[in-house]
Amino acid sequence: MITISNLSKSFTLHNQGAAVIPVMENAALSVAPGECLGLVGASGSGKSTLMRMIWGNYLAASGSIMVGDVDVAKAAPREIIALRRGTLGYVSQFLRVVPRVPTVDVVADPLLTLGVPVEEARARASALLAKLNIPERLWALSPTTFSGGEQQRVNIARGFVHPYPALLLDEPTASLDAVNREVVLSLIEGAKARGAAIIGIFHDEAARERLCDRLVDVTGFTPRVAA
Amino acid sequence: MKDLDIWTSMKTQPLLSVQGLSKFYGARIGCDAVSFDLYPGEVLGIVGESGSGKSTLLSCLAGHLAPDTGKVIFDTVDGPRDTVVMGEAERRRLARTDWAYVHQNPRDGLRMGVSAGGNVGERLMAVGARHYGDIRAQAVDWLGRVEIAADRIDDRPSAFSGGMQQRLQIARNLVTGPRLVFMDEPTGGLDVSVQARLLDLLRGLVREMGLSAIIVTHDLAVVRLLADRLMVMKGGYVVEQGLTDQVLDDPQHEYTQLLVSSVLQV
Repeated sequence: MITISNLSKSFTLHNQGAAVIPVMENAALSVAPGECLGLVGASGSGKSTLMRMIWGNYLAASGSIMVGDVDVAKAAPREIIALRRGTLGYVSQFLRVVPRVPTVDVVADPLLTLGVPVEEARARASALLAKLNIPERLWALSPTTFSGGEQQRVNIARGFVHPYPALLLDEPTASLDAVNREVVLSLIEGAKARGAAIIGIFHDEAARERLCDRLVDVTGFTPRVAA
Repeated sequence: MKDLDIWTSMKTQPLLSVQGLSKFYGARIGCDAVSFDLYPGEVLGIVGESGSGKSTLLSCLAGHLAPDTGKVIFDTVDGPRDTVVMGEAERRRLARTDWAYVHQNPRDGLRMGVSAGGNVGERLMAVGARHYGDIRAQAVDWLGRVEIAADRIDDRPSAFSGGMQQRLQIARNLVTGPRLVFMDEPTGGLDVSVQARLLDLLRGLVREMGLSAIIVTHDLAVVRLLADRLMVMKGGYVVEQGLTDQVLDDPQHEYTQLLVSSVLQV
């Protein structure tokens, strides 16, 4: 479902003397449907960078990133938009929403974009929020005022409200208590069982053990020349 | 309500295709060598500092200014046509039907001496609506969609707050079901709280009506939430364009990097 080959990336910082910083070289991996791959490596080794390149908000210098039949490294913006709409889901560590929009609508949003009727989208969003133990009295409020753990769960709900065939998870269990961590882990297991290809970053070792079929150490993709 | 067709029929044909567009003011560059395609349902943001040429570009696209060179090909009901060389009458008809233009200052897009209902109804009459009851019913419906209470239908926009005026301008523009909306700083000059509401409204309308939109703004937070794609202008040239979050999160051009790193964090 996701196949990366020969992928490299560098940053050029024009406002700091045009410094060129190579951050990735010859990255390669592949994930099959129903499989969960964990990215490991020390902080700063490029786990999030790799994930953002798959999502398409970081540009690749060379190589290919096949998600289904779309090469994110070369696709036009509108192809990536279409890919994100129906195929590729992403649970990032940050919740970015239009202020003052109710939580239930924030979660229903990906479904509405897919053309699901409003009532059905809200119902599915509500069911997921309930499962994730977000108190019903908060659903009509904007998540911008929520606690870190609540925002995290709203983000997870957005990522699981549609059965994306491919999922990127950036520390989905960070800042969650034991009960909610268990809910999220079972959601991820459910996604695997229905055949989603998942790439995740889990600092939570027990979660990694339980979910990941394989691990890839991104340190192996770090260019040697980097000082 | 909303149907799947808008997305499933994501046509390969662009709604608007801009090719080598340039506009000079004497020796000065307004905008130069601008090319891009806009597809149905897409929202394109144009950012840049004052004087970067973004408003000149928008005016050329909307037919308010005649470009010196280049083509602006719009997919009309009769097939793709270059709006730069079409007759004035035909271009005006497009401006009344398939296009809409939301001005930064609502006073430029509204008739301040006419009631709110009249402002909305006027656009409908311009495209041939004659039945008073229907026109009024549609006006009420649209005032509701932009969250203006029905009992304000006979008030003049001069009695409205800035945010309400802007929402009325949007209702006036969208009532005829345009396919392409040009917006010049639509949330500029509004309170942040009002801005958020307007952003949510615009997102909903774009989604429900399958609109394409071109939004000129200097507010990066606005484009992140509204635009699918982003174009960065400087000195009349497009220095960078791409997927909105890619341009903002991994800017390639020197100027874009400066722009993104200059935003104050709240």
